[in-house]
Amino acid sequence: MNFPILSSLILLPTIGALFIFFVRSSNSQYQSSKYVALFITIANFFLSLYLWIVFDKSIVDFQFVEEREWISGFVNYKVGVDGISILFILLTTFVTPICVITVNATIKNRLKDFLIAILILETFMIGVFCSLDLVVFYLFFEAGLIPMFLIIGIWGGERRVYSAFKFFLYTLLGSVLMLVAIISIYWITGTTDVIKLYELGIDAKYQNLLWLAFFSSFAVKTPMWPVHTWLPDAHVEAPTAGSVLLAAILLKMAGYGFIRFSLGLFPDASLYFVPLVYTLSLIAIIYTSLVALMQEDMKKLIAYSSVAHMGFVTLGIFTMTQQGIEGSIFQMISHGLVSAALFLCVGVVYDRLHTRLINRYGGLVSIMPKYAIVFMVFTLGALGLPGTSGFIGEFLVLMGAFKKNILVATIASLGVILGAAYMLWLYKRIIFGKLINEEVKKMVDLKRFEIVTLWLLVLPIIFFGFYPEPLINSIEVSVANMIDMNDLGKINKLALGE
Amino acid sequence: MENLELIIPELFISIMIMFLLIFGVFKKNSSQLVYNLTTVSLVAALALIINLDTQIQSSLFNNSYNIDNLARFMKILLILSGVFVMLSSSKYIQISKISKIEYPILILCSILGMMVMISSNDLIVFYMGLELQSLALYVLASFNRDNLLSTESGLKYFVLSALSSGLLLYGCSLIYGFSETTNFNQIMVNTKEVEYGLTFGIVFILVGLAFKISAVPFHMWAPDVYQGSPTSVTVFFALLPKIAALTVFIRFLYIPFYELGDQWQMIVIFLSIASMVFGAVAAIGQKNLKRLIAYSSISHMGYALAGLSTGTTQGVQSSITYITIYLVMNLAFFSCLFMLKRNDEYYENIDDLSGLSKNHPLLSLSLLVVLFSLAGIPPLAGFFAKFYIFVAVINEKMYFLAIVGLLATVIAAFYYLRIIKIIYFDPEKEKFESKHNLGLKFTLAASTFFILAYFIYPSGIVDIISQININ
Repeated sequence: MNFPILSSLILLPTIGALFIFFVRSSNSQYQSSKYVALFITIANFFLSLYLWIVFDKSIVDFQFVEEREWISGFVNYKVGVDGISILFILLTTFVTPICVITVNATIKNRLKDFLIAILILETFMIGVFCSLDLVVFYLFFEAGLIPMFLIIGIWGGERRVYSAFKFFLYTLLGSVLMLVAIISIYWITGTTDVIKLYELGIDAKYQNLLWLAFFSSFAVKTPMWPVHTWLPDAHVEAPTAGSVLLAAILLKMAGYGFIRFSLGLFPDASLYFVPLVYTLSLIAIIYTSLVALMQEDMKKLIAYSSVAHMGFVTLGIFTMTQQGIEGSIFQMISHGLVSAALFLCVGVVYDRLHTRLINRYGGLVSIMPKYAIVFMVFTLGALGLPGTSGFIGEFLVLMGAFKKNILVATIASLGVILGAAYMLWLYKRIIFGKLINEEVKKMVDLKRFEIVTLWLLVLPIIFFGFYPEPLINSIEVSVANMIDMNDLGKINKLALGE
Repeated sequence: MENLELIIPELFISIMIMFLLIFGVFKKNSSQLVYNLTTVSLVAALALIINLDTQIQSSLFNNSYNIDNLARFMKILLILSGVFVMLSSSKYIQISKISKIEYPILILCSILGMMVMISSNDLIVFYMGLELQSLALYVLASFNRDNLLSTESGLKYFVLSALSSGLLLYGCSLIYGFSETTNFNQIMVNTKEVEYGLTFGIVFILVGLAFKISAVPFHMWAPDVYQGSPTSVTVFFALLPKIAALTVFIRFLYIPFYELGDQWQMIVIFLSIASMVFGAVAAIGQKNLKRLIAYSSISHMGYALAGLSTGTTQGVQSSITYITIYLVMNLAFFSCLFMLKRNDEYYENIDDLSGLSKNHPLLSLSLLVVLFSLAGIPPLAGFFAKFYIFVAVINEKMYFLAIVGLLATVIAAFYYLRIIKIIYFDPEKEKFESKHNLGLKFTLAASTFFILAYFIYPSGIVDIISQININ
């Protein structure tokens, strides 16, 4: 197989962006640039779908590996996928076209620039998930800041400048230490190639510091408590498409990084720091759930719920069990879909009433029944009702956690209850109740493109809720290999004194 | 008879200086013609340097003048930047009414001085080159003599620079006194053991050099001079003297004082950390773009010094890479500055950029690329510059320097982002003129393209620079 399918996946959106950039702009052609973007992103989705189909799920090795000399004698451009990364690529290419569809209603000015930003961002996101070299990974990981900064800053709400700066500087500060760690790894082992590093392993005496450096970056990006404060701001101010991409994919980069690098490269240190991660995750789950209960702003509420859900993800990853890690990945995919959908739902009503305050709504069920249905599905997905994809993820994570530490698992289960509380309460306040606000009565139900985008998200949420097999199937071998390779199982037994 | 063909570029420039001077005096109203001829002669000098046999590593005049890979690369860099500076600023000097025949000739003089500095392998030759470039620069800084700020900056630069030259000369005399020679290689042979006099000599020389590249705490002149000088001179200040001074820095540290690494390493690390942090912090409050870029260049010099402080060949190479990319970024930035023109008046305050992106999308995009690159965000060239530095620094286990440097980039990112915010997020103002001359457009396009596309083939420059070997 010589066709560089991964590089095409990475480059295709950029080519689309260049195309849109060079086509002369005029108002009438705004629409056509939208169709170009839509076409490119959908083509990319089908390309990644094809990738998923031809991907051999029974092999542990990285597949479709491409390698090319880049910085001579130092770093090679190397990409490849395994069962874990392929799902994230699929998620990225699935969510991006949906974002492109939403620009209809939300982006009033400079549509062309917006589309270019989204397409460039897609390139970087896919690049993060398939790079097999630490420097290449860092490059994509950091580069994503530029388009996101502009998306929040140019098309955002009132406090967009503050939020954009906070987003950029927080994540940059977190990441610089990772760069030091990456260069140190190069001098310790002589390579930054992830596959070689998996084989070589890193001396245990260096692992703790390196782990912390990577952790500082991923913790900010995840985001974990107490460095999560940029997320609510960024979400609230970002335009709908920006929030969707941020919640659905950018946050997953960190979770992916934890699995691929923290666990994969520093197994000893990961074990050493398990109590730290457990503590922070539990605080995130409980504390941010409580904070979410208090929110007046819909987007802020969902943003805090994202922090709580990502708490489950980090918890699951660091149980270092097959179920825990699989559950985390599943949770990330599911949260990617559900949070994207929830932000879209907020976008739908925001476009009509131009407020995100929960108390301005109420009684929507009688005037927007179609909206009420899809919103209900997403609410249930977010709180993890059996039959939605959210349930599988949380269930597996909790199963992994119960294997390792009953106390932690119990506290985390409380988080599930709190999650149900704030989501249902949100639903109740918006959809049910009396129609008090006169302006709400004038709101119209879902338009056609909104129906398309929302139902596109309903389907996988329910489908994977009932039939998680395709996803689990795809990650199973890779996760098992990850655990075997790093002797996580053995370490586990030692830790338990068996 | 010495092998004079190796210094043909220098000879050529000297002859051109004399010819242009006479030509300009005798032919009336020839300022524009002299300017263009200067540009052409720079291009010719560039061709002459490239044409030199790259295999030859030799030294002339009793081993006091070096023609090696370092000198060759730095001279190419120097003259190339000179050509682009001339191309981009031709319109500016006409409009600012400083288009006189002396202007391009002074620029040629100072470039000649820098070439001598770059090749010098002897204290006296080095000092001669330094003074030749400095004297020309003093005049250039105050070239707009009707402008109060410009004359002030010229005077300030002269006084402070003369002081630093004095210190430098005193250091040279100490070194001569303790090593009995002025030749760099001989100094290395004669100074095997540490003596107080030598240490003092090193400190004085480092102070003088730090002044020339405006490293903290010898940076005080830079913001005022950058702001006061005509912008065409500021871009010259920001680019060319840095190349020459950095080369001299490399030569001093790695040839005569190489054995005394313990003596200077701490000093250079201090200079580096102080410049990185101070440059980043002090730039935050600035309102004038030229002043801001002065602080930013202080900070950038800190990174270049960080590479030098490692004491390894890799460190030197990373510094040279850094300065190369730094030059391109600053060139692009100043080209953008030259485009902020409305009714024959140039604007240089940050607030003037407000909402630029709505009226001038392409210009704003270039500025966006340049500023993110200056901030060191991947995948732009500025990231690679910093990356090489940190690779060299971490290789020497100097983690403290690396972490401070990276934290300083985060601080610096703030003020670069602030400019981007003003360009992209703020309400628009009146339009600027959108007609510019070809040279300026070409400079901006070429440098922006370099910054954007550097990541596609980063090995190109590194391969060339990896041939530079000091010892």
